[in-house]
Amino acid sequence: MATRRDFIKVSAIGVGGLALAGSSYGLLKKVIPAVKGNEKAQKVIPTRTPTYCEICFWKCAAWVHTNDEGKITKIIGHDSDPHCNGRLCPRGTGGVGMYYDDERLKTPLIRTEERGLQVFREATWDEAFEYIAGKMKKIAVEHGPECVALFTHGSGGAYFGHMLKAYGSDNIGAPSFAQCRGPREVAFQSTFGDLVMSPERTDIRDTRCLVLIGSHIGENMHNGQVQEMSDAIDKGATIITVDPRFSTAASKSKYWLPIKPATDIALLLAWIHEIIYNEWYDKKYVEKHTYGFDQLKEHVKDMTPQWAYGITGIDPNVIYETAREMANASPAVIVHPGRHVTWYGDDTQRLRAIAILNALLGSWGRRGGFYFPEKVDVPKFNHPPYPKPKRNWRDAFPGMYNLAEEVIASGICDATIPVPERECAFKGWIVYGTNLIFTLPDQQKTIKAIQNLDLMVAVDTMPMEITGWADVILPECTYLERYDEIRVSPHREPYIALRMPATEPLYNTKPAWWMAKELGKKLGLADFFPFETIEEQLDWQLKQMGTSLDEMKKLGVKKYERAADDLYLDENEPFEFNTNTGKIELFSTAILAEGFDPMPKYTHHEEPPEGFYRLNYGRAPMHTFSRTANNPNLTDLMDENTLWVNPKVAKLWDLKNDQYVKLKNQDGFVSHTSIKVRVTERIRWDSVYMVHGFGHRQPQMKRSYFRGASDADLITRVHVDPIMGGTGMRGNFVTFVTENLEA
Amino acid sequence: MRYAMAIDTKKCVGCSDCVVACQTENNVPIGYCRDWVVEVTDGTYPQLELEIRSERCNHCSNAPCVRCCPTGASHYAEGGIVLVTANKCIGCGACIASCPYDARFPHPDGHVDKCTYCNHRLLEGLKPACVSVCPTKCMYFGDLDDPNSEVSRIIKKRKWKTLIPEAGTSPELYFLI
Ligand code: SF4
Ligand code: SF4
Ligand code: SF4
Repeated sequence: MATRRDFIKVSAIGVGGLALAGSSYGLLKKVIPAVKGNEKAQKVIPTRTPTYCEICFWKCAAWVHTNDEGKITKIIGHDSDPHCNGRLCPRGTGGVGMYYDDERLKTPLIRTEERGLQVFREATWDEAFEYIAGKMKKIAVEHGPECVALFTHGSGGAYFGHMLKAYGSDNIGAPSFAQCRGPREVAFQSTFGDLVMSPERTDIRDTRCLVLIGSHIGENMHNGQVQEMSDAIDKGATIITVDPRFSTAASKSKYWLPIKPATDIALLLAWIHEIIYNEWYDKKYVEKHTYGFDQLKEHVKDMTPQWAYGITGIDPNVIYETAREMANASPAVIVHPGRHVTWYGDDTQRLRAIAILNALLGSWGRRGGFYFPEKVDVPKFNHPPYPKPKRNWRDAFPGMYNLAEEVIASGICDATIPVPERECAFKGWIVYGTNLIFTLPDQQKTIKAIQNLDLMVAVDTMPMEITGWADVILPECTYLERYDEIRVSPHREPYIALRMPATEPLYNTKPAWWMAKELGKKLGLADFFPFETIEEQLDWQLKQMGTSLDEMKKLGVKKYERAADDLYLDENEPFEFNTNTGKIELFSTAILAEGFDPMPKYTHHEEPPEGFYRLNYGRAPMHTFSRTANNPNLTDLMDENTLWVNPKVAKLWDLKNDQYVKLKNQDGFVSHTSIKVRVTERIRWDSVYMVHGFGHRQPQMKRSYFRGASDADLITRVHVDPIMGGTGMRGNFVTFVTENLEA
Repeated sequence: MRYAMAIDTKKCVGCSDCVVACQTENNVPIGYCRDWVVEVTDGTYPQLELEIRSERCNHCSNAPCVRCCPTGASHYAEGGIVLVTANKCIGCGACIASCPYDARFPHPDGHVDKCTYCNHRLLEGLKPACVSVCPTKCMYFGDLDDPNSEVSRIIKKRKWKTLIPEAGTSPELYFLI
């Protein structure tokens, strides 16, 4: 029987609807103490302070409400902020749990036993900085400062980045590039000479047709996009979803194309074929703005829907019809670039096909397609010039990944493991706010790299897997307890947002700006930190932006005017794109110059061997990666992931709903923890699916300890994108282990 | 005045923001909830349908919980909102057993708790917390007696259903389908 407690979590039920057999709470407390009336209007006037949310990268501006005692009660989206329009997502609303989580990191820790054994002693901040600075100085002398790298994901990383550049290294990598959105940025850059950016420049609210390729908006809760997709549904836009899984988005779509995994490029090429050969493309736009149309036309000559059918399993009529839907909506159509797109190793080419399709439909720079965002710049303060690093991560990959404009985090990891032919291996890592054990593929390799380090520092709010490998752990206070950089992000209009502490930091935790400055001082870099306090710095910056810290404390967000009226392309004006030819490159000269196919081709990917299933993973709306898995409010909504299994497969393996299994991959790796089976028609018979971010093995985090399983345990085979170094992670196959589950 | 809520199942993505917003707004202890999300899948791959519903008390106009409450703690407030007066509630649980929607739960403080349609917010001219937070704006709230209210208009325009109508409770929670 379903208990009421279960209903907090989304309860998924099959055909037949909800059968409720009374309540599960038989026993009630008899004695009723005098209780606060919950229906009385609460007459407390709460104070509110501005922040922007840090539970994911969307960075929604919000107000933090505190009660009479100064305790944080709730967080509410800022009405004027275009990232959230007054509505946070569940993670942002549940952000209070990050503050109240009593299993947070509480004080600096220094390792006392072998690395990885997780034996630490409490330390003072001064001791911790002394230790780190000592090691960093030694590395600088023995190997050069370039041998220290920073991995970062989150606002406070900027301060450590500044400190590291002052020290002499520019190896600052975010897994959000090579493990996530890198291929789309490289593909759109080579096609349109510009990036997709974050928040994405997709004009979803005014689109007439939204095409999602494996992108599960609604499950990935990128707030503004979810909101705009809902607006688009209201306005009757056509949604086309391509996904082997019946995602939430698929269930809202006019067309769901249940594609065979790893064949998307064939579908995209067939769409391109249909749009060209039926002359459905935007002729004026293509003629005026694009380069290489004739080559493209020739290239896709034989890539008919019939051809794609054999590869993708999608009915040729559906391919034709959906292409026509896109063309009918053109230019108010978005073939969405997605976000986490490192799948099979030919990801830049797949994203190129998406970019080309958008170009043919004339959607780049058009209303309902992709707009030209604008942001304001925060003035830089004066400091001595950064020393020029003598080398960086690129030296480990001579001649490779030239189109990658950001640092490849997995590349730093690779270059940490010494090999004879490489001059410098990394000797020090500072890891800010990213749980690399879950984020980078191939855990064995990550651990091997860490074992080769002279210094490993982790800065986090929670005792994540990665902090267990550190020599020194620096406990950061949560975003609700600190200042950070002013949020500037590209949008239809430029906006800024302020984050300020709603309350004093709990425990012995500190903000990143303070840590970076104090560590900087120990390294003899005090000149790089000219401001005594963060308030001083922010006020100085804000004053030059026509406001002040005091004003921003009251406003929370501030809107600026666009420099020019150029949200969309002006049809009557010429436009020069930032590519080699100045045009939108259907035929990419930049990719050709690097020695790769100038136009995307379909290549066959390996299929699961007998008895194995492709491991797919994705997001749940109530969690961000692995970082929220212990948040009490969010754990309340979802405290473990499940393994989606098609009923046919379940029957074959005699698997029952709610049964726990482990998974073994093609290389013999078995998941460390077990996962609950969810038998559902919503998944294809050739794959299984789980939400990423569960299966924590940190006993310090009791709410998430051994809850669910981690896809990262099973991603040992990586298909590296030769164009930009992205780590394709969807070429792993798993089978079920039903015996010996404990341990 | 007759308060009602309509929820668009075509837009709801099942994110549970309504659940956590209700918890933080109404100080619902961790582990309890006044609203919850149900997903119903129908069909076989690839012919599938999915309905997602954010559920809560139906504020029935013929509410069995009000009828069976021995102390009068369960009552109708203005606009037909079904409420529990905490200090009149003896925690006997009769209402919990009588509710066909399992919308009530025993609060650890000893009284029975449930959705109040955020009465305290309505008194301040605000919408319920769940309605205000929902990223998909799939919830409509207002007065059904006012033909121009958001909720009246959407119910006129769209197809809808209520849950377990055969229980005869006359629910005031509408699901747009
Ligand atoms: S989308 Fe959600 S988690 Fe991300 S910043 Fe916005 S409210 Fe926070
Ligand atoms: S917040 Fe809105 S979209 Fe999310 S589950 Fe609740 S009703 Fe559905
Ligand atoms: S109306 Fe208020 S009390 Fe009822 S479910 Fe929504 S937020 Fe909770």
